[in-house]
Amino acid sequence: MESVVHNHWSPLLGRLWWDAVPTEPIVLVTFVVVAIGGAAVLGALTYFRLWGYLWKEWFTSVDHKKIGIMYMVLGLIMFARGFADAIMMRLQQAMAFGGNEGYLNAHHYDQIFTAHGVIMIFFAAMPFVTGLMNYVVPLQIGARDVSFPFLNNFSFWMTASGAALVMTSLFLGEFGQTGWLAYPPLSNLAYSPWVGVDYWIWSLQVAGVGTLLSGVNLIATIVKMRAPGMTMMRMPVFTWTALCTNILIVAAFPVLTAVLCMLSLDRYLGFNFFTNDFGGNAMMYVNLIWIWGHPEVYILILPLFGVFSEVTATFSGKRLFGYTSMVYATMVITILSYIVWLHHFFTMGSGASVNSFFGITTMVISIPTGAKLFNWLFTMYRGRIRFELPMMWTVAFMLTFTIGGMTGVLLAVPPADFVLHNSLFLIAHFHNVIIGGVVFGTFAGINYWWPKAFGYKLDPFWGKVSFWSWVVGFYLAFMPLYVLGLMGVTRRMRVFDDPSLQIWFVIAAIGAALIAVGIAAMFVQFGVSIMKRDQLRDETGDPWGGRTLEWSTSSPPPAYNFAVTPIVHDIDAWEDMKRCGVQRPTSGFRPIHMPKNTATGVVLAGLSAVLGFAMIWYIWWLAAAAFAGILGYAIAHTFNYKRDYHLPAQTVVETEDARTRQLAAAGA
Amino acid sequence: MSYVRLPGIGLGASFMCSTESHEMPRPPLLPPGAANPARPTVRIFAALALSGGLSACNTVVLNPAGDVAQQQGDLVVMSTILMLIIILPVMALTVFFAWKYRASNKDADYQPDWDHSTQLELVIWAAPLLIIICLGALTWVGTHILDPYRTIGRIDAKTPVAHDARPLQVEVVALDWKWLFIYPEQGIATVNELVVPQGRPLQFKITASSVMNSFFVPAMAGQIYAMPGMETRLHAVMNRTGEFTGFSANYSGAGFSNMRFATRSVTDADFAKWVSGVKAGSRNNAGALDRATYLKLEKPSEKVPVIHYASVSPDLYGAILDMCVEPGKMCMSEMMALDAKGGLGKAGIRNVEMLAYDKYGREASAKANANPDAAAKRELAWVRALCKQEPGQAPDTTVKAPANPRTLTGAGLSAPQSVAWDQGADPAAHSPLISRN
Repeated sequence: MESVVHNHWSPLLGRLWWDAVPTEPIVLVTFVVVAIGGAAVLGALTYFRLWGYLWKEWFTSVDHKKIGIMYMVLGLIMFARGFADAIMMRLQQAMAFGGNEGYLNAHHYDQIFTAHGVIMIFFAAMPFVTGLMNYVVPLQIGARDVSFPFLNNFSFWMTASGAALVMTSLFLGEFGQTGWLAYPPLSNLAYSPWVGVDYWIWSLQVAGVGTLLSGVNLIATIVKMRAPGMTMMRMPVFTWTALCTNILIVAAFPVLTAVLCMLSLDRYLGFNFFTNDFGGNAMMYVNLIWIWGHPEVYILILPLFGVFSEVTATFSGKRLFGYTSMVYATMVITILSYIVWLHHFFTMGSGASVNSFFGITTMVISIPTGAKLFNWLFTMYRGRIRFELPMMWTVAFMLTFTIGGMTGVLLAVPPADFVLHNSLFLIAHFHNVIIGGVVFGTFAGINYWWPKAFGYKLDPFWGKVSFWSWVVGFYLAFMPLYVLGLMGVTRRMRVFDDPSLQIWFVIAAIGAALIAVGIAAMFVQFGVSIMKRDQLRDETGDPWGGRTLEWSTSSPPPAYNFAVTPIVHDIDAWEDMKRCGVQRPTSGFRPIHMPKNTATGVVLAGLSAVLGFAMIWYIWWLAAAAFAGILGYAIAHTFNYKRDYHLPAQTVVETEDARTRQLAAAGA
Repeated sequence: MSYVRLPGIGLGASFMCSTESHEMPRPPLLPPGAANPARPTVRIFAALALSGGLSACNTVVLNPAGDVAQQQGDLVVMSTILMLIIILPVMALTVFFAWKYRASNKDADYQPDWDHSTQLELVIWAAPLLIIICLGALTWVGTHILDPYRTIGRIDAKTPVAHDARPLQVEVVALDWKWLFIYPEQGIATVNELVVPQGRPLQFKITASSVMNSFFVPAMAGQIYAMPGMETRLHAVMNRTGEFTGFSANYSGAGFSNMRFATRSVTDADFAKWVSGVKAGSRNNAGALDRATYLKLEKPSEKVPVIHYASVSPDLYGAILDMCVEPGKMCMSEMMALDAKGGLGKAGIRNVEMLAYDKYGREASAKANANPDAAAKRELAWVRALCKQEPGQAPDTTVKAPANPRTLTGAGLSAPQSVAWDQGADPAAHSPLISRN
């Protein structure tokens, strides 16, 4: 066993030294490729003089729509990185049999599966969810922006800074080798002495601030900024799920922050919360991390339940079946998600009654979830279902998620969990719900709302290529893992003894390759759609026959969303307005009060990333300077009184007149 | 309620859903005493429902060699069947509705405003609820019967544990990255080889030296975490002889993949022969396992071949559990006793060095190795004399299998008998006797 001891430290650079540059050939090649690719992108931006545009129109923007799109872009980039990790794991596990060590050593492989989990949950799925909520919620409730537009920009950049720290770990030092939740004692200083776990801590700590603040922002927006007439029980279901998700975020993320703080104190200041000695206890960590971790699962899935509700109703051309029970089911899930965390560690030695309690509460969650599924089912019943891409993803979700839900309830039976815990059956289960639910839902959402965001539909051919590759690839990649789990194969293995297992891993690797085709096809779909945007153009703003308020605006909507705040009389407000023939106001516009763009979010989040980096490498002077910088800049920002402006009535009139002409041309 | 007649869910049915199932076959999880006709049917269902196409591969979870794992595997099958009652119709309806109400099918009804039906709402909430009630009952009973801390009440479906049966005790220590098995009765120890007699109740006491692992022999029984400074328990039995695999099921660092051990289930005679072989110093023999040998063994290493120790210090396991194998190191129990007395105030600072345990974590252990005498030379603390504790006495949290299995057959499950209750009523609670009737 080779173990490299990194014990260099200097006041100027901390632990940062030449040994921080990775020597593993695979990482070096990746580094070179990323460096060349990055240089090409930066060069192109400079050549086409896009920096000013990006800075003014996007990076400093406080418009919820642009921030939402930036979240989606961040999510897609990190999704690609996380998938690269996935395919490396699949390849390693398909190769490493009967004495073959595969192509990854333990140090590298252990970082890969840790990074895969962290990136997919925190930096792919979370940005997707937050991005969709950011873009859609204000439009759905007839608001001109979120409650705190600057905070929104700051939240995004904090998330992006966390992602940047994770990416830095690829080329400078190492990432954690602990699994995505970094259980101590393994994550304590004694057993993970170098920078890997510190990268993990600080990237999550920085991104967590962003997530928490964005949760506060969206709750305030939904509670306070709904259009007149939109009572709680007339909110679109997506907005309802967004509300519940953000309540979960605000209640759960402080626990993560606290547990990361405690682990930091252990690692940096010699505290003993979770160490083996001095009365520390790692079981506390496991409890705390899952008290955050289980609600996190519902934070991810609830908004996508909302997406599926919107898509099913729209493409079935029908009101959502059981709106009220859908809302109550969402709330029940929100509450129950807090009393099931122990099911992640039935095998830690709790008594039978405790285990039974948490097993049964877990099963109880399947009741409201089942009710939701039935509601979508009966929304389709006696509908006119148009199988456009969002609906295809939804049907694939309904079938796939049901299987994942079933294996989830199975794992909630403690004695069954004793034989399946930590096995590949578990891996298959949570990929079944996360891919089948969160990822399929995100793709449904992207295909559904893309025309709203950009004014043209996505190309259906490449969308279908992506869809079928994904669905078939998913089943090929994960059904073998269920089988392997029943054969007693555990997770996070790098090499295997039993050659009879290999065929299953090969099938899974083929499935992963097919998913790679699906991902590539999706990016091709985006490219082709941008090229063919004039053919795919939608002038009406309502390409799908939508039912909620976002479809009443132009595509893309103007910066102020609604020139005149709509008045709501029904759950499906826009459908109701279309049916009653409500005329779009064309005159009498007034100046609109708007927030001004600001660089503060970029600066503060950038300084936070520097603080995190300095703490990771023990560069104390830089950490102190960055911290002082954050405080100073934040205080200085409070003296900035030029935060808003009024969009002149004349500009609104011009924009709305253009829209009138556009509608006349399209609807003639 | 047609589902109560399905073979394999007898346990849940007998507990909660028994109103229409008086002629239920005896459920398979029942404690011993009677033949169990439901069992073969369960197997058939297992084969059909889960492993149909997989019968060629070795799905050890569904077809293990130990009775405990078998009951757990059966529970996997039963729960799956119970859930399929609702899952299959949902999936079929999804496909059917998606096809029938496609936009191009103009013959299908179209009711754009139909969005509510109280009857349907009742059904869609009640149907999953009913399934969950049954599954919850199955869970409650199954979790208590298969509680790893509880002694087993039966060897298999037909054989109760004999009154005077003494379980074979094995003390398990997860090391970086290998497994140490101590047989206290036999006074021997092995590394990466677990040999157990077939048909005899087994009692495992499990701890770890550095980080969290999970002790798992899929053919024998479900897993349980192995954690430093703590002891977990597992009770099991092997019903077939043979060679099986055990491993750590919780990632524990670089050498995790190779943290596997051979598990052999042998006849009583072969077991005795094996024990005497180890004692006599057969192949792989490394002599006596004392504290010094253990401290060397404990250092991180991978792919360690099988090692046999002909003798083992009787207090070693207790010291490992109490985190004080190293000379001069204060035991956790001593530390806790000090704390219980209010601590030592500022004077306690003097002893910090001898309290630390993790300081010889994996990378630091290389440095510590350079000077092995340093630990021995360390100052023996003066506080130690204040409160000498017996090290390694973890509280006995074993739950006894009930004396009367009839309490499990439908009249309701009695509360698990706590250790405190046992000790109050029966001074010999620590007696190795499994069965109290």
